[in-house]
Amino acid sequence: MAHADQNIGSLQPSALMHIKQRYFATRFDTVITLICAALAAWVLWGLINWALLDATFGANRGDVCREDLHGGACWSVVATRWRIVLFGLYPFEEQWRSAIACLVMVFVAVLSCVPWFWSAKRLPILWIAGFAIFYVLMRGGWFGLVEVTEQNWGGLSLTIFIFAAVSLLGMPLAIIFALLRRSKLPWIARTMALVIDTIRSLPLLSIMFTFAIVLPFVLPGWAIGDKLYRVIVGYALFFACYQAEIIRGGMQALPAGQEEAAQALGLGYWHRIGYIILPQAFRNALPPTINQFVITFKETSLVTIIGFFDVMASGRAASGTADWNFATIEMYVFVALIFFVFVFSLSRYGAYLERRLGVGRR
Amino acid sequence: MTAILKNRHVRDNVFQFTFVGALLLLIAVFFITGRANLEAQGMTSGFDFLQRTTGWRISFSLIDYSTSSTYLRAIIVGILNSMFLGAIALPLATLIGITIGVMRTSGNGMAELLGTTFVEVFRNVPLILQLFFWYTLLLAMPSPRDAGLIFGGIALTGRGIYIPGLNVTGGSVFIVALVLMAATALALWLGAKRWPALHLSQASKERRFLWVGFALLSVLVLWLGRIPETPLVSMPVQKGLNFKEGIRISPELMACVIAISIYGAAYIAEIVRAGFNSVPPGQSEAGHALGLSSWHIFSRIRLPLAIRIVMPTLINQYVWLFKATTIGIAISFTDFFMVISTAINQSGQTLELIAILMGGYLIINYTIAWVLNRVNDAIKLKGTQLRI
Repeated sequence: MAHADQNIGSLQPSALMHIKQRYFATRFDTVITLICAALAAWVLWGLINWALLDATFGANRGDVCREDLHGGACWSVVATRWRIVLFGLYPFEEQWRSAIACLVMVFVAVLSCVPWFWSAKRLPILWIAGFAIFYVLMRGGWFGLVEVTEQNWGGLSLTIFIFAAVSLLGMPLAIIFALLRRSKLPWIARTMALVIDTIRSLPLLSIMFTFAIVLPFVLPGWAIGDKLYRVIVGYALFFACYQAEIIRGGMQALPAGQEEAAQALGLGYWHRIGYIILPQAFRNALPPTINQFVITFKETSLVTIIGFFDVMASGRAASGTADWNFATIEMYVFVALIFFVFVFSLSRYGAYLERRLGVGRR
Repeated sequence: MTAILKNRHVRDNVFQFTFVGALLLLIAVFFITGRANLEAQGMTSGFDFLQRTTGWRISFSLIDYSTSSTYLRAIIVGILNSMFLGAIALPLATLIGITIGVMRTSGNGMAELLGTTFVEVFRNVPLILQLFFWYTLLLAMPSPRDAGLIFGGIALTGRGIYIPGLNVTGGSVFIVALVLMAATALALWLGAKRWPALHLSQASKERRFLWVGFALLSVLVLWLGRIPETPLVSMPVQKGLNFKEGIRISPELMACVIAISIYGAAYIAEIVRAGFNSVPPGQSEAGHALGLSSWHIFSRIRLPLAIRIVMPTLINQYVWLFKATTIGIAISFTDFFMVISTAINQSGQTLELIAILMGGYLIINYTIAWVLNRVNDAIKLKGTQLRI
């Protein structure tokens, strides 16, 4: 509502002027500012009281929390049971492996934000190498590491595993889907469009459910595989359908002259796609792609419903026992913070990229 | 042979044929294996099971349902529940979302700070986690025995929220819902078709007339549909260990509504903000030059333009949000998805039920997208209006 005053005078506004303009420009603005400030103060005060002033810290102090009548948070549950949230049922002595594996994947994610890695060769190599290290560390069986099967994976490492596997499997699939959908052969383009639109209009949960529970029923015995991998394949398929549309959007934003020029130079289909179309399409589609990764990471938590022990489910389990069942909210806040750190940094990075590349302004 | 393969036309056709053929083959394999597995269990495929009785209970239902109802009825209950949840949560998300979006583009520093915090907190935490969070909070409310009435008619208890209700038949409520939908559609249609021709005040007079008429009609239907020998309004009353009368909103439904509308609002707020930012400043400057008040500039110029700009994105968001209602299964809110998965467990008719599930979501989602796209076509800027 302060638009009226923004252009008045080109005098250099002082800090005080700036505050007046931002917060007290008109009488109406003043009222809004005061209401918002009161609301913010009330929420903040309640939060600080609950989370800090009245809270109980330190491990193994559940009995103190139980007798505490202030109603403050009981962070003791996090201090006591954080290992379950991060590592699930992974054997205690081997949990360092799970921790290193997670760090490796986080490192890979950070590295792929460096522009030097943004090439069709480097990025896949980086991710496949990172994923291989992750898998070997988690699974063991080689290099004298004790074998830990997927049934015992859990917590944050399982979430990261599902996310990484879905991305690795889904991205090439998405490129194939996008290319098939814009194929000049009508039957292929139409069939692919039908498949993509159908899968996109189904809820992710129903697809996971179908792959986890129903697929063994309709597949020949040798093709059933582990439930975890079936869910990953289903999720990757879902991811690929969304990502294919994003890539297709990036391709459509390209001027037709790009492909025509490549054709005129006598480049073959794969060269046109690999060197002219896809690099530019990805550049156009970078912000929605990052957004898609953000959503994909958040929605890995749906596997809880199918019965996997990811970070969400293990958070519930950590506060699900009789001696901690009063501290469920604290555990949810802890799990929410874990998600927030990952998702927030990724989405901030996406916003930064959008500004840097100036996508949307050209 | 090689000559044939070098022929581009032939090669293309072979490629197409293989692609479509492989897909069909995959579906055929699913179908044959599924049938074989069914027969091995001594069951028959087909949709006859829809007429069998279910034998399981559904905790929340808009129509009559008991354990002796058929599978078909259970599925209808599920679909209605899903649509009911969507019909409450989606408009609520829109309302909160527009408010937050306006706050973030208001130019008021404090409002922007609050709006940004809201969006960042609720957009960066998974929906299912938020759902569990609200559900836990709702269950932690006082037991009905200890809860009092607020505003004389609302009780917040751990077993649900009690609000005053009307003693009317379900049928009349349904008719009123239809009447209100027709009124909205007619108002939109009137606005879209005749807006350029009609004088503004005349159009609003016509619309007011329309609304009053439909409101009277709704009241009349409710009056006719009231249950005999009961007061029209039933208030929640504390009786023993529980509340009687009134309407009970279960914690499951309430948690779903809160979680989905807040999560959706955070996304819609971002869309609305982008819309406001893409309304050229010249529009509101022109409004100022004409001496319009801030409120008129907002409600008559910036909001209508912003809504038209973001409509296509919003449509996708609504379809996506409706799909997110399946999350209710996590706290056992009996929606379409949960009914289907229970039915699969109980009857074993996996293939048929999955087909119903997919068909149902396809139809509902395409309907949402179709209706909203018609709305978009009706209100979008056309021809000479495009110079924004």
